[in-house]
Amino acid sequence: MSSTLLNSKDISRAVSRISHEILERNHGAGNIALVGIRTRGVVLSQRLREKIKEIEGVTVDHGVLDITLYRDDLADGIHKPELKKTEIAFALEGKHIILCDDVLFTGRTIRAAIDALMDFGRPSSVQLAVLIDRGHRELPIRPDYVGKNIPTAKSKRVQVLLAEEDDEDKVIIQEQSN
Amino acid sequence: MALSTKNILGTKELTQSDILQILDTADSFKEISTRAIKKVPALRGKTIINLFFEPSTRTRTSFEIAGKRLSADVINISGSTSSTVKGENLIDTARNLEAMSPDILVVRHHCSGAAELLSQFVNSPIINAGDGAHEHPSQALLDLLTIRSHKGDLKGLKVAIVGDVSHSRVARSNIRAMQTMGMKVRVVGPPPLIPVEIERLGVEVSHNLAEAIKDVDVIMVLRIQLERQNQGLLSSLREYSNYFCLTSETLAQAQDDVLIIHPGPVNRGIEIALDVMEGPRSLILDQVTNGVAIRMALFYLLLGENNANPN
Repeated sequence: MSSTLLNSKDISRAVSRISHEILERNHGAGNIALVGIRTRGVVLSQRLREKIKEIEGVTVDHGVLDITLYRDDLADGIHKPELKKTEIAFALEGKHIILCDDVLFTGRTIRAAIDALMDFGRPSSVQLAVLIDRGHRELPIRPDYVGKNIPTAKSKRVQVLLAEEDDEDKVIIQEQSN
Repeated sequence: MALSTKNILGTKELTQSDILQILDTADSFKEISTRAIKKVPALRGKTIINLFFEPSTRTRTSFEIAGKRLSADVINISGSTSSTVKGENLIDTARNLEAMSPDILVVRHHCSGAAELLSQFVNSPIINAGDGAHEHPSQALLDLLTIRSHKGDLKGLKVAIVGDVSHSRVARSNIRAMQTMGMKVRVVGPPPLIPVEIERLGVEVSHNLAEAIKDVDVIMVLRIQLERQNQGLLSSLREYSNYFCLTSETLAQAQDDVLIIHPGPVNRGIEIALDVMEGPRSLILDQVTNGVAIRMALFYLLLGENNANPN
C-alpha cells in the first residue's frame, strides 16, 4: 500500500523554487555553501547546486556529512548504519551553510548534523532545506526552505526516491512494513 | 552491521567480511584525524582500559588516541605500575578492573594466549594488542588498510615478510589476515628465524632476500627483536644485516611500484637501510596514521556489537 505524493516534475519544480529562495534570502550565491546529509540529502544538495549555477552562474562550495557518529541513539546499538565518509573541504567561517536533507521528521538528524557541522568551524549561519516536511518534531527545529509540507500519521513512512540513488524521482507514502 | 566476534583476539577468527567491514569503517574514520577538532561524540560515556604488560609507545598511544577521538574515557595501566608487581595474578587484575565496569579492555602481554585467557574470565570485549609471539591483530589490519589504500584491491597481491618470523606476532597475524583476503605470502629470513614447518600455514619459504622480493607487490620488513636475540640464533647482527638488510641495492631487484612496510620500531641499518626507510616506497608513517583509524573502527564496531539489541 503506497501512494505517490510528488512525481518527478513536482520534485524538479520544488528544487527550482528552493534555489531561488536561497538566493533571494542570502542576496546571491556569494557567501553560501551547501552541505548534504547522507544519503539523499547529498543528492538534493547537488541538484540545488546545479540549479544555483544555472541561475547565477556561480559554483558554490559543497560538502557531505555523515551524521552516524553524532546520533543520539548510537549507544542503544539498535540499528548501526554503515559509516561513510564526511567530506567538508572548505572553511565554514563567514559562510551561510544550507544544510540539505530529504525528509524532516523528528528533527533528531538535523540536531546531529548541526553538532557535526560545528566541529568543523563557526559558520555565519546554518539554514535548513528539506524536500518534505512531514511534521512530528521532537526537538525545536524548523526548516527554512521546504519542498512540500505533508501532514502524516506518525505510523506512516515517507520515502523519497531520487534518480541518482533509486533510478527514479518520486515521493511516496506507505504503511510501515514492520 | 556487526562483527562475527565479540573479541578481537587474533586475525585467525576474523572472516573476510569482518576484515572488509573493519577496513571500510577505518577508511571513513581517517578523515576525523585531519579535522581541526579531532573528536566525535560516538563513544561518549564509554570507558576503555589499556592494560599493557609490555613496553609500547606506538600501539598504546594509538589505542589511547583512537579512544579519545571517539570521546571515550581511556585509562592506561602499565605492568610496572599495576598491582602485578605486588604479586596479583593476571586474571585477578582483569577481574578487578572489570568490577569498575569498563566497556573494552585492550591487553598486551608477553605470554601467548594472555588475551584469550582473560576473555574467558571477563565479560567486556577484549582487544589483543599483542600476546607473546602469537598475534597482534590490529597491526595486521592497519597493514592491510595501508596496502589497500595504495593498491586498491588486496586479492591476488604477493607479499614478502622478511626477518625474524619466529618471534613475530605481527607476521603471524598478517599471514592469516592476508590469506583470508586472498593474498599470497612468502616468508624470508635465515633458517634459525623461520619456524620449522611454517609451510603448513600455506606460505612459501625463502632464504634469499634478493630472489624473494623480485615478484612481490609488498615487502614487509620485521624488526629484529634485539631483546629476544640472546638465544644464539644469530651469530651476529652484522652477519644478519649482510644478508637480510633491505638496502637500495637489493631493492633494485624488486618491481618499481613495490610498497615497503615495517611494524616499527625500526632498527636502522640492521633490517632496513636508512635511505630505504625514508625513501619514496616506504609507507612506515602511513602505517602509524592508519593505526589510529583501525583502532577507532575496532572500538566503534565492538561497542556496537556489545550493546546490540536482539530486537
